[in-house]
Amino acid sequence: MAIRNSLTGQFLRRSSVAGARLMSSSSSWFRSIEPAPKDPILGVTEAFLADQSPNKVNVGVGAYRDDHGKPVVLECVREAERRVAGSQFMEYLPMGGSIKMIEESLKLAFGDNSEFIKDKRIAAVQALSGTGACRLFAAFQQRFHPNTQIYIPVPTWANHHNIWRDAGVPMKTFRYYHPESRGLDFSGLMDDIKNAPDGSFFLLHACAHNPTGVDPSEEQWREISSQIKAKGHFPFFDMAYQGFASGDPERDAKAIKIFLEDGHLIGLAQSYAKNMGLYGQRAGSLSVLCEDEKQAVAVKSQLQLIARPMYSNPPLHGALIVSTVLGDPDLKKLWLKEVKVMADRIIGMRTTLRENLEKKGSTLPWQHITNQIGMFCYSGLTPEQVDRMTNEFHIYMTRNGRISMAGLNTGNVGYVADAIHEVTKSF
Amino acid sequence: MWRCINGRIARRFLSTSSASARGWWDHVRPAPKDPIVRVNEAFLADPFPHKINLGIGTYKGDDGKAFIPQSVREAETKIQRCKLEESNASAVRSKFVQECVRLAYGNDSNVVREGLFAGVPTLSGTGACRLFAEFQRHFYPDSQMYLPDPTWSNHHNIWRQAEIPVKTFHYYHPDTKGLDFAALLNDVKNAPDCSFFLLHPCAHNPTGVDPTEEQWREISYQFQVKNHFPFFDMAYQGFSSGDLDKDAIALRIFLEDGHLIGCAQSFAKNMGLSEHKAGCLSVLCQSIKQVAALKSQLQLMSHAMYSSIPFQGISLVTMILSEPDTEALWRKEIKVMAKRIQTMRTTLRHCLENLHSSFNWEHITDQVGMFCFSGLTPDQVQQMEKLFHIYMTPDGRMSMSGVTSSNVDYLANAIHQVTRIDEEALRSCYV
Repeated sequence: MAIRNSLTGQFLRRSSVAGARLMSSSSSWFRSIEPAPKDPILGVTEAFLADQSPNKVNVGVGAYRDDHGKPVVLECVREAERRVAGSQFMEYLPMGGSIKMIEESLKLAFGDNSEFIKDKRIAAVQALSGTGACRLFAAFQQRFHPNTQIYIPVPTWANHHNIWRDAGVPMKTFRYYHPESRGLDFSGLMDDIKNAPDGSFFLLHACAHNPTGVDPSEEQWREISSQIKAKGHFPFFDMAYQGFASGDPERDAKAIKIFLEDGHLIGLAQSYAKNMGLYGQRAGSLSVLCEDEKQAVAVKSQLQLIARPMYSNPPLHGALIVSTVLGDPDLKKLWLKEVKVMADRIIGMRTTLRENLEKKGSTLPWQHITNQIGMFCYSGLTPEQVDRMTNEFHIYMTRNGRISMAGLNTGNVGYVADAIHEVTKSF
Repeated sequence: MWRCINGRIARRFLSTSSASARGWWDHVRPAPKDPIVRVNEAFLADPFPHKINLGIGTYKGDDGKAFIPQSVREAETKIQRCKLEESNASAVRSKFVQECVRLAYGNDSNVVREGLFAGVPTLSGTGACRLFAEFQRHFYPDSQMYLPDPTWSNHHNIWRQAEIPVKTFHYYHPDTKGLDFAALLNDVKNAPDCSFFLLHPCAHNPTGVDPTEEQWREISYQFQVKNHFPFFDMAYQGFSSGDLDKDAIALRIFLEDGHLIGCAQSFAKNMGLSEHKAGCLSVLCQSIKQVAALKSQLQLMSHAMYSSIPFQGISLVTMILSEPDTEALWRKEIKVMAKRIQTMRTTLRHCLENLHSSFNWEHITDQVGMFCFSGLTPDQVQQMEKLFHIYMTPDGRMSMSGVTSSNVDYLANAIHQVTRIDEEALRSCYV
């Protein structure tokens, strides 16, 4: 009897195992998952790397390069690294991140003598660069204003769509870029602000709009601020290029100052990827201006509650670099000098590119190259012209015609101008 | 002029009206304080010279200070020498994932050799869990996640925020202070087919209770029968036994049984890189085509959360794991860390028994890893804090890394005092 029971059990188990295998093979876990759409910018870089031509140029990359086409580590960052290396402590940051970095970030954005900082009215947390800040805010918006939508400019940084969509916030667009003039569609923009339901959230690029490089003028910002105020909209600023746009961090934060003067409560994402060259360190911050200190404490605690299930607490290293650079008067002075060098080099490339095109006898208007601001130039090239740039001249950019000015240098700007002229001239 | 003045007045009126009509954040209430954070803050605020922090799960040496492994220091020196550039970032990230997967699944494993895994760098273990939860939300929106009872408190936050309903399965047995294996198997059997289960492969947080190898085999078998998906949160590889391969035995068993596996890895504890946020999510697949599809989807979700993760941490991990000498040194160091914790467990138990405590403290040495689920009640935990300045979370979880040779006697005495009081009260009731 004992033997019979044992045999029966073994048989049943074997049968079950076979059944499980059949079930497992017939219901594959991931069969229905398709590849995600390819990142166009990544595709450009991959194609560039695969190209064997000695004359190839990559104007698709979104990172700063020096006049030799090399990545740059700022001297102020190197010095900060040396200081940080000697005093490394291996502990978790609080969920809100480095307090020192946040303090310095707020001063940079709101001003050293800002009343909002003194009154402790700003809820601020360290974030994973600009992306992490936007995602935190999107999740915050979803939680506390679940019936609102985010208005995003046309066009905008591609990841903005991913960020708000994954956070569960519906998206709408507002007009921004005007293809015919290659500038701002100001009247279209204003109409869209007026027509949006009261109390909508608007994503605004504080300076150096990505991907167009088109920014409103100061007067236009004042009109925008007034209209947003009239409608009771919420302005959320993505400021990824402060200092990097014009070389002057205060000038680059002008839009924010205008909105603050008009009494807006703003949201703000800051990134140190570009202006400090801390791409891989993921240093950034999110701040939300509140009515009073009590509200700021509540908002901050909720932001931390949202951050905890994403990554528990933010990384330390980049925050130490930022707080060391901005917190030391000499290093900050050096940083201001170095960020101006970067900005001036890009502005110089814009001027040179335009001059070369005009010298080639191009009859097309190229003022937008020097009117636009920051890393990117929306050239106006059509997808077909972009293809010719790539196939005939080995110059790589995204098909929307966006040129990363950082990829231009004195060694290749003439060549690029020639190529643009060739693909745009009429026969 | 009149029109201009009128316009200005109208604008001001509208501004005032809209400002008062809508307080953007008036309805935002303060969030409840995280219990671990509260414990740490209370500890830091306490001026008592012999205070002990048993709250945070960070490794500390016997001097009570943060410990930086020599292998990490060597890797840091090499990285500074190499001057890694962003142009190498993509290659380093791929290498990082390769080394992580090798560490988890084994050098000789088929999935490693054939590249049958979709792996992405993540923001430590939390980021890996969150990314997998987002993956569940996108592709299995009707699924739920079974979490052990209890589990790391953030697990609930992670899956809830990703909008995946959470269910629990039996795990810890309060009476024995060990594993409730029978109930666990029952829950695995009773869950709907093809459910997602989160498993701690070693050094369970917060209890320190792990299944035996034989129990893992039974669990794996039952998963096969029900075709459940196992997601392993492996935050403490190396900390259970001091041996990295031994600590991954649960994964290896499931792998041998042919399961597709999800695995979250963290280097916060076993490499002491907590502030670098280096982690990895890997999901095993059945084909290279599937790998490409899953990886691209995981990257897209990661991109929408934080674009990419800090470069420094994954460079350090990659340097350590890809250099045989540095890896060998690291393996020695993790054995030292695990041994110190095991020694503290043994010593604490002995101290308690020497004090003639009438309670059974075997679980202190039966449990493994960073945490000890002491069995203290919330009231007893409160007394430990108020009377003895010893801080731990209300569930009685003690981080053994906060115990040192110099404070273990004090700790044992405190535990004895707060548990003995109960004993005397009990005795007086009978009288």
